Amino acid sequence: MSIRERMSGNEAVAYAIKQINPDVMPAFPITPSTEIPQMVSTFIANGEIDTEFIPVESEHSSMSATMGASAAGARALTATSSCGLAYMWELLYVAASDRLPLVLALVNRALTGPININCDHSDSMGARDAGWIQIYAENNQEAYDNFIQSFRISEHPDVMLPFMACQDGFITSHAVENIELIETDKVKAFVGDYNPENYLLNAEMPMAVGPYATSPFYMETKMNQRLAMKNAKKVILDVAAEFEKISGRKYGFFEEYKLDDAEVAIVIMGSAAGTTKDAIDALRAKGIKAGLLKIRVFRPFPGEEIAEALKNVKAVAILDRAESFSACGGPVGSEVKAAMFDAGVNVKAVNYFYGIGGRDYTVESATSVFEDLMKIADGSMEPENFKYVGLRK
Amino acid sequence: MAQATDITKINEQSPYGDLTPGNQIYGGGGAKMFNTGEWRTQTPVIDWDKCTHCLLCTPVCPDSSIPVKDGKREDFDYDHCKGCGICERVCSFGAITMKEGM
Repeated sequence: MSIRERMSGNEAVAYAIKQINPDVMPAFPITPSTEIPQMVSTFIANGEIDTEFIPVESEHSSMSATMGASAAGARALTATSSCGLAYMWELLYVAASDRLPLVLALVNRALTGPININCDHSDSMGARDAGWIQIYAENNQEAYDNFIQSFRISEHPDVMLPFMACQDGFITSHAVENIELIETDKVKAFVGDYNPENYLLNAEMPMAVGPYATSPFYMETKMNQRLAMKNAKKVILDVAAEFEKISGRKYGFFEEYKLDDAEVAIVIMGSAAGTTKDAIDALRAKGIKAGLLKIRVFRPFPGEEIAEALKNVKAVAILDRAESFSACGGPVGSEVKAAMFDAGVNVKAVNYFYGIGGRDYTVESATSVFEDLMKIADGSMEPENFKYVGLRK
Repeated sequence: MAQATDITKINEQSPYGDLTPGNQIYGGGGAKMFNTGEWRTQTPVIDWDKCTHCLLCTPVCPDSSIPVKDGKREDFDYDHCKGCGICERVCSFGAITMKEGM
């Protein structure tokens, strides 16, 4: 029997870590992810797990130590947010190119400039090209479920890429919700022991990690990273299918909510999907065919699958919780539109910015986007690229 | 456990499929197969008349480029010496001088 509980998103991830009992966790506190290492430290102090916790002096060090532990052969993880992730920047690329399996619990928070501690996706979106797998959670249940699947995907021999398990700062990380936990023995059996084929502390076979790659090698190395990311697509689905067997909960690259017959649709990532579903229910009650595509897996980007899922809508809004200052769209918007273009899907599309720096995204916000889409769908409004949700004018 | 990487088979013409994940190299001592001495802009030269084989130079060489045999140092391993000049500084007998170029 699964365990019914109520937990915040941070508690849920900390609980997953407790169940997995990984080998090494270096971490440095930063709002709103601080609770994760804090709770794990408590589990260790209470003798509930024997994870080696390394208190470090910065996030540059926490990522370095996590990578060192992974290279040494340990199952390693860390947690951070916002500027903490920014301070790891240099190492993020190294972790990916060195093909080190490890997990980062990211609690999404706006990057400073101006200083702000609230939720948006500018931290992980900025790291989207670093070569990490990125999976986003809508709620505490998904934060927990994604985390339990994370090591299996990251450590798979066809993948061997670092994994960013993202949840929305405060909205998910600090809000307490009902949650269904899986029994620890089932979690342990699912995640399994970590026995890497090669590792630095293996005296039988010395090993060099991260050698200098001159220009005749660099491009080929990047190609191999790309192939590993492509392989991750299959592994993510395989692991999700296995996870469904122990949890009854189904996961894919994205969730479709009333999208089958939808004429207008929102594409969104993270906690705002729940709010959007409420708006859809209200609109459906009025006979309006609204639907949602909630992206779960952003890296690898399931472009073909998203384009296929959106091909029959009349108008789509892609909502970004991060600026990219290209001056012509946000990161999710650009990639979804590029995927539709490649697939020959010619749907009118608008890119919105919402929730930046923790700005509220309400049912009314989602409804206003759908109202725009309905006008675009019937031709009474030209799609405008791009717009803001809730910007004061 | 992986086989030791045969680095003689990895070169600038290797297709991407021949590289290891993360360019990891399995098995030790691979560096000696790469002639990195070509980076050198200054070259140490030994004056055998002044050398007393005190062996102060050998342990300070960062590239293990001063081989020792039967308690006596041999000539520099120019395939790996980068010309840093530490051996010249440490030599108490003025037996090592740095000359310009390779």
